[in-house]
Amino acid sequence: MELSPKVKNILLLDSEGKRIAAKYYSDDWPTNTAKEAYEKAVFSKTKKTNARTEVEVTALENNIIVYKFVQDLHFFVTGGEEENELILASVLQGLFDAVNLLLRGNVDKREALDNLDLIFLCFDEIIDGGIVLETDANVIAEKAGINSIDPNALLSEQTISQALATAREHLTRSLLK
Amino acid sequence: MAQPYVKKDDDHDDELEYSPFMGIEKGAVLQEARVFNDAQVDPRRCSQVITKLLYLLNQGESFTKVEATEVFFSVTKLFQSKDTGLRRMVYLIIKELSPSSDEVIIVTSSLMKDMNSKIDMYRANAIRVLCRIIDGTLLTQIERYLKQAIVDKNPVVSSAALVSGLHLLRTNPEIVKRWSNEVQEGVQSRSALVQFHALALLHQIRQNDRLAVSKLVGSLTRGSVRSPLAQCLLIRYTSQVIRDMSNHGQSGERPFYEFLESCLRHKAEMVILEAARSITELDGVTSRELTPAITVLQLFLSSPKPVLRFAAVRTLNKVSMTHPMAVTNCNIDMESLISDQNRSIATLAITTLLKTGNESSVERLMKQITNFMSDIADEFKIVVVDAIRSLCVKFPLKYRSLMTFLSNILREEGGFEYKRAIVDSIVTIIRDIPDAKEGGLLHLCEFIEDCEFTYLSTQILHFLGIEGPKTSDPSKYIRYIYNRVHLENATVRAAAVTTLAKFGFMVESLKPRITILLKRCIYDSDDEVRDRATLFLSVLGGDGTLDADKDSTEFLFGSLEVPLANMETSLKNYDPSEEAFDINSVPKEVKSQPLAEKKAQGKKPTGLGAPPAAPASGFEGYERLLSSIPEFAAFGKLFKSSSPVELTEAETEYAVNVVKHIFDNHVVFQYNCTNTIPEQLLERVNVIVDASEAEEFSELTSKALNSLPYDSPGQAFVAFEKPTGVPAVGKFSNTLTFVVKEVDPSTGEAEDDGVEDEYQLEDLEVVSADYILKVSISNFRNAWESMNEEDEHVDEYGLGQRDSLGEAIKAVIDLLGMQPCEGTETVPSNARSHTCLLSGVYIGNVKVLVRAQFGMDSSKDIAMKLAVRAEDVSVAEAIHEIVANG
Repeated sequence: MELSPKVKNILLLDSEGKRIAAKYYSDDWPTNTAKEAYEKAVFSKTKKTNARTEVEVTALENNIIVYKFVQDLHFFVTGGEEENELILASVLQGLFDAVNLLLRGNVDKREALDNLDLIFLCFDEIIDGGIVLETDANVIAEKAGINSIDPNALLSEQTISQALATAREHLTRSLLK
Repeated sequence: MAQPYVKKDDDHDDELEYSPFMGIEKGAVLQEARVFNDAQVDPRRCSQVITKLLYLLNQGESFTKVEATEVFFSVTKLFQSKDTGLRRMVYLIIKELSPSSDEVIIVTSSLMKDMNSKIDMYRANAIRVLCRIIDGTLLTQIERYLKQAIVDKNPVVSSAALVSGLHLLRTNPEIVKRWSNEVQEGVQSRSALVQFHALALLHQIRQNDRLAVSKLVGSLTRGSVRSPLAQCLLIRYTSQVIRDMSNHGQSGERPFYEFLESCLRHKAEMVILEAARSITELDGVTSRELTPAITVLQLFLSSPKPVLRFAAVRTLNKVSMTHPMAVTNCNIDMESLISDQNRSIATLAITTLLKTGNESSVERLMKQITNFMSDIADEFKIVVVDAIRSLCVKFPLKYRSLMTFLSNILREEGGFEYKRAIVDSIVTIIRDIPDAKEGGLLHLCEFIEDCEFTYLSTQILHFLGIEGPKTSDPSKYIRYIYNRVHLENATVRAAAVTTLAKFGFMVESLKPRITILLKRCIYDSDDEVRDRATLFLSVLGGDGTLDADKDSTEFLFGSLEVPLANMETSLKNYDPSEEAFDINSVPKEVKSQPLAEKKAQGKKPTGLGAPPAAPASGFEGYERLLSSIPEFAAFGKLFKSSSPVELTEAETEYAVNVVKHIFDNHVVFQYNCTNTIPEQLLERVNVIVDASEAEEFSELTSKALNSLPYDSPGQAFVAFEKPTGVPAVGKFSNTLTFVVKEVDPSTGEAEDDGVEDEYQLEDLEVVSADYILKVSISNFRNAWESMNEEDEHVDEYGLGQRDSLGEAIKAVIDLLGMQPCEGTETVPSNARSHTCLLSGVYIGNVKVLVRAQFGMDSSKDIAMKLAVRAEDVSVAEAIHEIVANG
């Protein structure tokens, strides 16, 4: 009997529900059509909710889905109905924060597509065949970010540019309110 | 502010359509992939192309075998490059391409080299890729390195090896099992995730050795696990061990309960939740064990994090199904969740409250739900409506406020499924609670005044035709029904005409007026409506002789004797010819749907949908089925049908369950048989019943099942005679006899010759409870007082030691087979005394009420004072006899 926590899929959709990146670890959705139908159902069920500050959660077709949105990006992690929601949430939070680190705070669709290789690597470092591999965002970002970080760049410089990016985002957010 | 036109257009395009992958095409990317073969590898360029390939695969594009092989071969060339970023992408694309075993050989040497590289990232990823693509023989070659990797000082490498082990265990268990020692070392690792992965693997390796798992759990629960994820795993293993122990007869204090409880004080929320959930799911959990878990879940209910609130309310919702009283303490926190932003949380909170709420809180709850109904989706509303229906059955006294609520939401906007759920609920309430009938019918009448769903209108009209004439003032419904004749489509008009006729036939005083109304309908534009009106006019104008009346009753109120599905097939097969269609040629045996379809149907239909949709189950269905079989037609009116009792274990060759049908002088056993072997056809299926342990019964007749093909259930019957009106009990042993014929699975044809065989079924008992019908009443007190006090029979009984009052009460309810009233079957968690009210109808249609008072002393000895009032003194005595013998 399998007792380990299992993740069934990780989805990154845009603000219209279109797939940016997705990785399925279970056979529940054997064809691409089935996958797309599932993504559509998940998207339409959650699109009106506000999942921008806290991780939100819902149930669909005997699955538990945790999700979080930022800008025009929608992150989802699905597990079975008997799964511990908080484990799924920690996977989602790890993914979310790691992407934030890798994209240096500019988390939106355009940036995600420009760095799709990093997103794919990020997925690969979080889950291996449905098993949770790592949930610490710093470790994930470090492992996935190998080719984005120019080894010649000084560490201090990086932090400054990262800080600037974060500050910029905060400013835009407060202006948008 | 005018900007150049062109610039603006550019901006526009940018915003809407920008994507680096726009217009990307498989053919072109595959062309691009040729750069992998360049003598001088450009890492940046190659990474980009790999990303494009991954993008295509991720969007659902698939490569042909040839394309995939070609890409795979060129990708392997990239191992020459020393660029780490590119290498990372190469690992990723190899996993996605999942090369075939003969191709794998090309990369194994490169990957094995990387497995022993100095760069941690290479080691970790090479292991993951290699383990994903290799087969058993190669695995033995690299086993040595994998064992090393498990104890690698870099946690990332170690985790990679352990997780790969978990995957490999499925395909090559005997190899992975040899790594036990290394894995055990991993369990002691300082790295949280290594510990988690090692524990998962160690458990998987030992899972079939119950003793080893128990030892593992025993040693780890003493506290060396640091990682929250590993701790969650340990909790799951612990509950499994607890379950195994109780399954194997080890009783007494639960061995690891203390560990589970201590996890409730863990600092990680995921561990607390895991532990709380495990405790609530323990077999036969006691309220003392539940309390600490409920307390932490209650704290989660007011957490600012939605996931925590959801997890808590979801768990409590489950608990409320088995232990409603344990959850009542959380009701106040739960009520504030009704307005939760997250609708999943709100809905779970409501359904939980509806289960745990007591009678006094119903009104307040309904008020809160009313505010909330307007802004949730239909699917949630249906859940709420279903919960309200069960609440109403539980607290019949509150039907007024619940009915008001239902009629209010019935008037609001909503889709078909939602409206149907409401109408079904109202119908259920009308059926179960006689007091609610008149009000409920009027609500339905008002609803059809403005109902856009033809199906619902006709169903309600049909229901009105049956129930309406029996009310105190049938005339008040006529207006609503006749309005339909003016305002609706032909289908509804026809239904209305039939309903009118039913009123006219049943209520003598209304007959002249109905006749006038029907006369107006004979000029209708629709054939069916005109025909019905003409027909009913002649029925109503009949000569009033007994015979004619009987025929008309049969015609108006009788049901179709044959199953609809059979009728449909017969009609389809009928060739229009000189010979008229003969309804007697339609087979009466019910052919159930194949199992798969049954499962797909899911929930059992209730309310309006139930009688037509479920021909072979439910009391009315049984009644119809039995009366259609000539051998049993003479037995008179069916008194009670039990719920099906399984006579075989799950997943055996033949699945058989039995339904006991009780008549005044007879008992009929209905054996529902299913053949689960596709290669077999069973014929002449019969059940041989040995009634030597049931002296008062004598076998009368049996009806064999002619043929039982795979996966299409059928019924065999055996009938017994028994003394009139006496609750005879006894034990019957059953043997299934049949002729087996082999079936060729490819053609589905059976061979001619069969072999006789038999199959032992489990024993079946007829018990006293089979002679008592569960009948709910709305006001127990009134009913109790209306019965003659002098006929009351009181006695006291000692029930011996029991774990809890609830258990004793359940035992008594099961023994008597009576309906608990006013929710008195649930006991507050730490109560020492409790009164349970039961009502039922005893064979011979004698109403019985029972008031049972329970008390428990300090040594858990339970005493019961049983007061019985019945319309017939001898029945009250009989009830006492049942208890005394039980």
